[in-house]
Amino acid sequence: MKYQSQSVAKLYFIAAIALFAAQILFGLIMGLQYVVGDFLFPEIPFNVARMVHTNALIVWMLMAFMGAAYYLVPEEAETELFAPWLATLMFWIFLVAAGLTVAGYLLVPYATLAELTMNELWPTMGREFLEQPTITKLGIVIVALAFLFNIGMTILKGRKTVVNLVMLLGLVGLAVFFLFAFYNPVNVVMDKFFWWWTVHLWVEGVWELILGAILAFVLIKTTGVDREVIEKWLYIIIAMTLITGIIGTGHHFFWIGTPEYWQWWGSIFSAMEPIPFFMMTVFAFNMVNKRRREHPNKVAILWALGTAVMAFLGAGVWGFLHTLSPVNYYTHGTQITAAHGHMAFYGAYVMINLTIISYAMPLLRGRNAANPPKSQIMEMWSFWLMTVSMVFITLFLTGAGILQSYLQRMGENPQSFMAVQDQIALFYWLREIAGVVFLIGLILYIASFFVGQSDPEAVAAD
Amino acid sequence: MAEAFTKSMARNIFYGGSAFFFLLFLALTFDTMGQLPNRDNRAALEGELGPVIAQGKALWENNDCIGCHTLLGEGAYFAPELGNVYKRFGNSTDAIKGFIMSRPKDGIPGRRSMPQFNFNDEELTALAEFLKYVSEINTAGWPPNIQG
Repeated sequence: MKYQSQSVAKLYFIAAIALFAAQILFGLIMGLQYVVGDFLFPEIPFNVARMVHTNALIVWMLMAFMGAAYYLVPEEAETELFAPWLATLMFWIFLVAAGLTVAGYLLVPYATLAELTMNELWPTMGREFLEQPTITKLGIVIVALAFLFNIGMTILKGRKTVVNLVMLLGLVGLAVFFLFAFYNPVNVVMDKFFWWWTVHLWVEGVWELILGAILAFVLIKTTGVDREVIEKWLYIIIAMTLITGIIGTGHHFFWIGTPEYWQWWGSIFSAMEPIPFFMMTVFAFNMVNKRRREHPNKVAILWALGTAVMAFLGAGVWGFLHTLSPVNYYTHGTQITAAHGHMAFYGAYVMINLTIISYAMPLLRGRNAANPPKSQIMEMWSFWLMTVSMVFITLFLTGAGILQSYLQRMGENPQSFMAVQDQIALFYWLREIAGVVFLIGLILYIASFFVGQSDPEAVAAD
Repeated sequence: MAEAFTKSMARNIFYGGSAFFFLLFLALTFDTMGQLPNRDNRAALEGELGPVIAQGKALWENNDCIGCHTLLGEGAYFAPELGNVYKRFGNSTDAIKGFIMSRPKDGIPGRRSMPQFNFNDEELTALAEFLKYVSEINTAGWPPNIQG
């Protein structure tokens, strides 16, 4: 850690990991509800567990992105953060708002929460991933504006690097496209169309800029490869991301009331969306192979390479699997979508955040470069347990989804939704077991922060 | 990458490419907005049942129905697709109302069950009319069959 003010990142990272744990616990509850339908009913109905699962994910992604920005922007700009106190204040506002929102989901029926937060004044609730009360959404906007101001001023007064610029572009895009969350017309087609301007243009657009910037930063630091080379790669990767991903939004406009030409635009452009992810894989492995130093933080490099591989598999390959409209006609809204969602989010965004946390946390905790070997080895175990179990979660859901598409939509005698669900229960049980392994990996991950702390830290074998 | 390919070229592709395709996306959006009136069943929203459908959508949202169901394939995959439920239930709003009304308060042992929301008749009508409105949107022939 070169600048004192980078230390605010630590708060954000700790809260992110705590929310990650909450996300996984509620994921396991939902997974069990898939096969034991009355589990925790009616106290925690499935939709409530799902809101906690997905909203905890979104908030911890945002927390970790902010933490990453507070860590890497001052270091890249070679100056202290513009206003560290503002970053700390916004952290507590964000955490309290998120905590109250989750408490609201769990303690009162959702309709009561809508009433208590006066949703009827400006209805924005009850849409997938954007379930937060309108007042929480306004809170997110305030936190995001204060954050962007702080980061923007820091960049303005310091050195301008490509990593900082791309990071800032991604974060500004994140804030801008979130504003579509406030548009909720009665017309369902218009509602859905612009809902994707937040959801798709986040995860298949501007978030990838943030991903790329964080990955580039960690690779510059850990490999010692010339910044010029890494920045060139970064530009070309994010160029391909937006060239394919913006029109690629069309793969959500096949069956929601929008014109048929989106089947062409969406299929063709989103079929190219794996390209930037493949380039990212080639990029990460190339840079590590060409490294000019041996960085002692081996586990951070493992996470960085893991991100590059798993993002390609989850977002690229599993996305392509069902993105062509003739295929999507049968798979739309089945467990295939769930399979893709799980590996894409884990591979791209969970792993990049764990990469920056893995790189930065030892430094934030006062070490020179890396954790002691014992801690790193435990973190590597957690990497493999979580990553392999996520591969299996994805494979089991894919199996469930193929059967579901066939039995419900393709076979001789199409069967009803619930009749099909009963027949594919085996896959849901296997998914739940894989989920338990994921939880064990997460427990080891958290434990790795506490083991071997009095040992001497790992050193590079140059 | 070859030395002839410089960082500033990469940067220009990024800015130029992103700007071009975002403008193309805006143009396609503009065209879509022009075509929607013929597809999105807005006549229902502008008719005398308009306020009832709007109330139905508010109820749909305030009870987070999308947290279990899909609507035109979007949402959660825990419970059946509802974009075509009006047709699946024999083009009957009464059948939809009857189903929602009949859910057991404490669920069904060992199985998934929709919660009992205790809606009054006006609310049930609003939800059913909302689902009828959605079922009459032109969705390019999706879903493949009545099972959703």
